[in-house]
Amino acid sequence: MQMLKIKDLRVTIEDQEILKGFNLEVNAGEVHAIMGPNGSGKSTLAAVLAGRDLTVTGGKVLYNGEDLLEKSPEQRAKEGIFLGFQYPIEIPGVSMVNFLKTAVNELRESRGEKPLSASDFLKLMREKKELVEIDSTLTNRSVNEGFSGGEKKKNEIFQMAMLEPKLAILDETDSGLDIDALRIVANGVNKLKSKERASIVITHYQRLLDYIVPDFVHVLYDGRIVKSGDKDLALLLEEKGYEWIKEEAGA
Amino acid sequence: MSTVKQEYDVKKHFLELFRENRSVIDSGSAPLMNKQREGAIEEFERLGIPSQKSEKYRYADINGVFNPNLSKSFGVQKVSFNIHDIFECDIPDLDTNLILLVNGRYFNKEEPLRELQGGIITGSLARASKDMPQIVEKYYNSAASTEDDSLVALNTAFAQDGVFIYLPKDAVLEKPLQIVNIMIHETDLMAQHRNLFIAEENSSAKVVVCDHTLSPNKFLTNGVTEIYAASNSNFDLSKIQNEHNGSAQLSHTFLEQESESTVFTNTVSLHGGFVRNNMFVRLNGEGSENHTLGLYLADKTQYIDNYVKIDHASPGCSSRQLFKGVMDDQASGSFNGTIVARKDAQKTNAYQANNNILLTDDARINSRPQLEIYADDVKCSHGSTTGQLDENAMFYMRSRGIPEREARLLLMYAFAYEVVNQIHVKPLRLRIDDLVNKRLRGELSRCNNCAMNCE
Amino acid sequence: MKKDKDKILGKVTGDEYKFGFYTDIEQDSIGRGLNEDVIRKISEKKNEPEFMLEYRLKAYRHWLNMEMPGWANLNIPPIDYQDLIYYSAPKQKTKPGSLDEVDPELIETFNKLGIPLEEQKHLAGVAVDAVMDSVSVKTTFKETLADLGIIFCSFSEAVREHPDLVKKYLGSVVPYADNFFAALNSAVFSDGSFCYIPKDVHCPMELSTYFRINAANTGQFERTLVVAEKGSYVSYMEGCTAPQRDENQLHAAVVEIVALDDAHVKYATVQNWYPGDKEGKGGIYNFVTKRGICKGDNSKISWAQVETGSSITWKYPGTVLKGNNSKSEFYSVAVTNNHQQADTGTKMIHLGKNTSSIIVSKGISAGYSNNSYRGLVKVARGAGNARNFSQCDSLLLGDKCGAHTFPYIETDNKSAVVEHEATTSKIGEDQIFYCNQRGISTEDAVGLIVNGYAKEVLNKLPMEFAVEAQKLLQVSLEGSVG
Repeated sequence: MQMLKIKDLRVTIEDQEILKGFNLEVNAGEVHAIMGPNGSGKSTLAAVLAGRDLTVTGGKVLYNGEDLLEKSPEQRAKEGIFLGFQYPIEIPGVSMVNFLKTAVNELRESRGEKPLSASDFLKLMREKKELVEIDSTLTNRSVNEGFSGGEKKKNEIFQMAMLEPKLAILDETDSGLDIDALRIVANGVNKLKSKERASIVITHYQRLLDYIVPDFVHVLYDGRIVKSGDKDLALLLEEKGYEWIKEEAGA
Repeated sequence: MSTVKQEYDVKKHFLELFRENRSVIDSGSAPLMNKQREGAIEEFERLGIPSQKSEKYRYADINGVFNPNLSKSFGVQKVSFNIHDIFECDIPDLDTNLILLVNGRYFNKEEPLRELQGGIITGSLARASKDMPQIVEKYYNSAASTEDDSLVALNTAFAQDGVFIYLPKDAVLEKPLQIVNIMIHETDLMAQHRNLFIAEENSSAKVVVCDHTLSPNKFLTNGVTEIYAASNSNFDLSKIQNEHNGSAQLSHTFLEQESESTVFTNTVSLHGGFVRNNMFVRLNGEGSENHTLGLYLADKTQYIDNYVKIDHASPGCSSRQLFKGVMDDQASGSFNGTIVARKDAQKTNAYQANNNILLTDDARINSRPQLEIYADDVKCSHGSTTGQLDENAMFYMRSRGIPEREARLLLMYAFAYEVVNQIHVKPLRLRIDDLVNKRLRGELSRCNNCAMNCE
Repeated sequence: MKKDKDKILGKVTGDEYKFGFYTDIEQDSIGRGLNEDVIRKISEKKNEPEFMLEYRLKAYRHWLNMEMPGWANLNIPPIDYQDLIYYSAPKQKTKPGSLDEVDPELIETFNKLGIPLEEQKHLAGVAVDAVMDSVSVKTTFKETLADLGIIFCSFSEAVREHPDLVKKYLGSVVPYADNFFAALNSAVFSDGSFCYIPKDVHCPMELSTYFRINAANTGQFERTLVVAEKGSYVSYMEGCTAPQRDENQLHAAVVEIVALDDAHVKYATVQNWYPGDKEGKGGIYNFVTKRGICKGDNSKISWAQVETGSSITWKYPGTVLKGNNSKSEFYSVAVTNNHQQADTGTKMIHLGKNTSSIIVSKGISAGYSNNSYRGLVKVARGAGNARNFSQCDSLLLGDKCGAHTFPYIETDNKSAVVEHEATTSKIGEDQIFYCNQRGISTEDAVGLIVNGYAKEVLNKLPMEFAVEAQKLLQVSLEGSVG
């Protein structure tokens, strides 16, 4: 079943066009990897899908057949879109527990479910924490405050596990991770994999794709997908770099 | 019938009031306090009511609070009710030594001074002036200065009583002392109380002050508190301002700190129509440490003004000011904080921050963080921000499914928490935390007792 | 090391004022004192149209009811306004048409100041209006600029030749009733510069006014008006010096800048009035009102100033950001030493939507001086999305001086973001040690650090000025590392 359809999407940031007619279709059950050199528009794609206030100058995005761009970020989240941030935001003074409890219960309310009791919520937290091997004390702190780079990324996966999204978009979740953390992050993504769900994994390096095996690999360059293939394309990129893609695209 | 509207001359009114009531004022107080009145009223006559032309009251239109209809009472206070019937502190688990001030006067005037553990004395200041004259004489009206505010002189001229706390050397007060200022009257009323807290060497105490209004009349309080913290003493003062919006409060706190003393003050302003908090700190002894914090959450047409001056008069002291405010509706406010590092105050370490959030275009905030530095080997800095909630944090929360309104509240709450978190009496902290949360949600947030009596 | 530092401080504070000479030239003055007759005489001497005299008299009558401002952190001795001379000009037969007609003594004076009036000798790309005491002596490159439609001349000339422009803009940014000194200036101002950049013209050279007080007992009251039409650009600089005298002299100038839609005006000042001697005797009282208005949308006014002179400085160059999307910046270095006093800063008044301003102020205090930053950032109710960032740092050299920061931040709009930061410190021992360890002497290290500290501001000055300004910081910074 088709979940996401992006058609000729154009996005402008500060008078500069970043996405210049981007197309992508994602079906339930699929894992798509989007690779590309710096500045090609990867993070802009992630941000516009999650509902960042960016200037869309053309094209459309359909999510489960409905216009996604009209919806608020929280509405998108409730409908199952999750963005793993490249740079997770620190929010001093807001505790992880309060933050996640609010998010989980909002989600439940939108599905017509009763809010979780405090004890059920804590139980759920414990369960999911084990999954991502996150340090117990981290969840007692303010959201991302004083977390190391790796802890922040693990925290993103932990939140993903808590919210169980339909479409997970991971924006360079692998950057800055050591090999153990990488395995944990990948594990978190793989655990969520099912026929009903899909993921878009945005990455600069092939490394993560050793752990999360993609069904499709797309190369984003200068605001457009210039090449698509299977997981072997990622290996080819690793070997040959992006130069040849640029040349091909320029030609 | 036509009436000629006469300009209300506030200064003249008080000068006359003083002359007419001098003997009643004296008889309701103590000779030690009475001795200071003449000089004070002369000082007030010379200085008058502060005007907005003065830099110190640049943003505060104080003339409006001196309403001609405010009655003043100096004779024996008739209390026709049992105060405990109408007031009971609703903070759960807050186990304190409770002191009541009603309309600026010590509630049970005849009560002898109380002696707590370790020789700690509390009670009425007028009483203490009679029973412990040598101590009171040494400190009374010596920290208070009219340099920055003539209303301090007005208080010295009129104040009859207030709270006295004396911590002898090495005394440690385990249970916090709670002072509840209650305003309750059948007419509009002005009250002027006077507190004196003395912490001798090595002593330590926590004091909580709660301001309440229990009747819907208009009130004006002009209160002065003097605090002495001797060497190595540790003093912690939390003040919760929760009067109704028809009331005005002018509060002047003078603090003198000796070497290695540590003092925390934390003022949380939740309600009150016009609030002016003056806080003057002088760091007299080397190595003393001061933390002056404040949180103000204002809506409707509230005006909240914090005026702070930390005077580093000796070397090696540190001070920190942190004031945060959220202004809603047509509320307005002002922060004026000054760090002074005097010539010999080398190795001063002073920091000052004022952060504000404006929620509407009708709300207004004026911020004046100031540095006056006369010593070169210092680290002094300040920062002031006025703005909105962090957009990145908002987006992050919304992308997790938290609705905008809820995300906004969480962030505002987090903004306030930095101050609330530093209230050191835990049950009070939890209660304030709850009050702040409710206040931000626009829900009823006065202590239950008050809410029953005024709206 | 302490000794080294004292030595460098001694050097910093002990340097002689280089521009303290006096030119003996015959003066045409009006006698001491101020009354309506004096004002009429000034106006008459300048052949002014009626509207100017009326403006002066209105200002004077208003001034009579004003009091000197007392709020500044300054100790200003009483000034006897009846003991001052309000008009003094070097005697010249007629207004010189060419340089040959200018008194050689005057040319020599400006040569000594490093401001040659011969165009061919001058730094390429800088047009100068030289003002001595009450009058403009010579404006260079006037004709070259006229070809582009740019008017650059003395204020007196502008009043005669372009009365409509003067009438339209005079007092439009700084009304005569604005403050005590502005009112005084409006009543008695004698000369100054006028600059008009037509629509879409990018002024190809730096325009510059050089002010020199020469005569004794004379107040200097110059007036500068810069009007930048839509889409135009101009970079303007002013410099000032005065002879070394034991008595104090008053300088109360007014500068008005108008920037219309899309115009950009840069205004740079290097203020080096005589600061008084080491004991604090003499020196200029510099009480100046400078203000620009970003009147049109997308307009910009940039202030850059290096303040080293004057015994007392009272000035707050500011911008009214009226046009939508208008911008303003204020970069300042203020150095005080010996017994100098400065209370200076800026005002940024945000009125239009999406306006932004930046304030960077660096104070350096030495000797027995007191240096205060006083700045107002005001966001009016209608100024949606206003942005301001202020950074005010103070550096103390020695333990007898004072450094003060008095910001006023008034925010009346919820979408505003206003940030203010300030620090006060001395030069870090660890910084000096680090330099020493790399073989740099303490003297040079202090020089390097002070230079680095002021760099952000010096970078904002036009090239021609930056070098001069560095020298003025009175610390040997160049060629000292090595």
